[in-house]
Amino acid sequence: MNIFSVMGEDISNFFQQFGNDFYLNFVKNARWKYLVNGLGVTLKVTLFAVLIGIALGFLVAIIRSTHDKAGTMSSLLKFVLNVLNFICNVYLTVIRGTPVLVQLLIIYFVIFASVRIDKSFVAIVAFGVNSGAYVAEIVRGGIMSIDQGQFEAGRSLGFNFAQTMWYIIIPQTFKNVLPALGNEFIVLLKETSVAGYIALEDLTKGGDIIRSQTFSALMPLLAVAAIYLLMVVILSRLQKLLERRLRSSEK
Amino acid sequence: MKNKEPLKSFNPDTDPLISVKNLQKNFKGLHALNGVSLDIYKGDVIFVVGPSGSGKSTFLRCLNRLEEPSGGEVYFEGVEITDRNVDINKHRQKMGMVFQQFNLFPHMTVLKNMTQAPVKLQHIPKADAEAEAMKLLERVGLADRANSYPNQLSGGQKQRIAIVRALCMKPDVMLFDEPTSALDPEMVGEVLQVMRGLAEEKMTMVVVTHEMAFAREVASKIVFMAEGQILESGTPDEFFNHPKTDRLKQFLDKIL
Repeated sequence: MNIFSVMGEDISNFFQQFGNDFYLNFVKNARWKYLVNGLGVTLKVTLFAVLIGIALGFLVAIIRSTHDKAGTMSSLLKFVLNVLNFICNVYLTVIRGTPVLVQLLIIYFVIFASVRIDKSFVAIVAFGVNSGAYVAEIVRGGIMSIDQGQFEAGRSLGFNFAQTMWYIIIPQTFKNVLPALGNEFIVLLKETSVAGYIALEDLTKGGDIIRSQTFSALMPLLAVAAIYLLMVVILSRLQKLLERRLRSSEK
Repeated sequence: MKNKEPLKSFNPDTDPLISVKNLQKNFKGLHALNGVSLDIYKGDVIFVVGPSGSGKSTFLRCLNRLEEPSGGEVYFEGVEITDRNVDINKHRQKMGMVFQQFNLFPHMTVLKNMTQAPVKLQHIPKADAEAEAMKLLERVGLADRANSYPNQLSGGQKQRIAIVRALCMKPDVMLFDEPTSALDPEMVGEVLQVMRGLAEEKMTMVVVTHEMAFAREVASKIVFMAEGQILESGTPDEFFNHPKTDRLKQFLDKIL
């Protein structure tokens, strides 16, 4: 036997082994379904958490920057604004000061402890509320970075505070914060991988279930990693496309 | 908030369009305005001049409450608009304002910049507002830029757009806050030309500026401010040729 036939044998062994592993982990007992169903759960949780995050984030950001800008208003309105601002500050401090996994566990085992509830709903709430805090700070930075003159021009035309925000400040803010928002959502997509702690069968958990059945770690975990990577790459592309479209007014 | 009605019936031909009484403004220990009173009648073209830090921009910005006065009153068309219960947004629609930095909305086309407020606030049909905007653009020679974005325009073009954007609301008075100070010298003329046209049409105007030659040519009245007070006011002839106070004489010596 010469050296080439030894190598050839090794290579064919390797492919044989690979084929067996692939069959065991993905084909046998239709185990690929754990990944596909898990991906579905991950995407569902991420999508709705993003929506909650945007809504909550913009709301908190607008309250906080309104409070910071507050010029002329009645004392009642000022009082309400102070209370809202205080609530927002507590929210931001608590959410940004504790790990998302701990928040998820508290929401599942404490807040929703006494009710039987869909686990993906719990995850959506937990990740949405968590993301909202980060989005709020991104958006607030975006609002503060808009030139004060834009605000004054809006008010001088007769727009009230809310109209000025809606027609003039927010559209410009959105464009400015898009890169940072995109980043936040990529982080969120990956963060949902801890949802397995409340036994939600997301993508990561799906891979882990396969590992526990087949006792082979390499293939299911690599597959899970590759799927996350692919989704992040697609999201980045979409983000670039959107940015380019919104920038059309600067050409 | 309800709209406060004029106490007595307002006669635009005999009563001042804007009446400022003992206006005060403090910025954290600094008296920016220290008792300013002035009556502005329909068709007046008032130029407010003075050394920097004299409070002239603050005065102008108090007229539509972009700056909140610390004391005193401003009456606009017979209504005290410094009253907290007045809906200031309603009155601002009738007071056009032009800024030093133009402040066009960069995410809207020129046409949208001009029609947004009339359509949303005065509920004018979009087509009508656009027709009106095109007429105004025609007048300032920028009809071909209707679909451009502000970043595609020169400084002089931006400021002309800012003026017609304010005009789209059909204001009763136009406030100009150093409209040519941020422009390259060769673009000042085109903006002044538009303002001259407005003055000839008897638009009521209050202008804060450093363009003395222009003030001499167009003003119906020049107001000289220093240290937050009006020291002197009069016709351009009185102002330039017969200054009464030493402070104004010093000022004129420096700038002429």
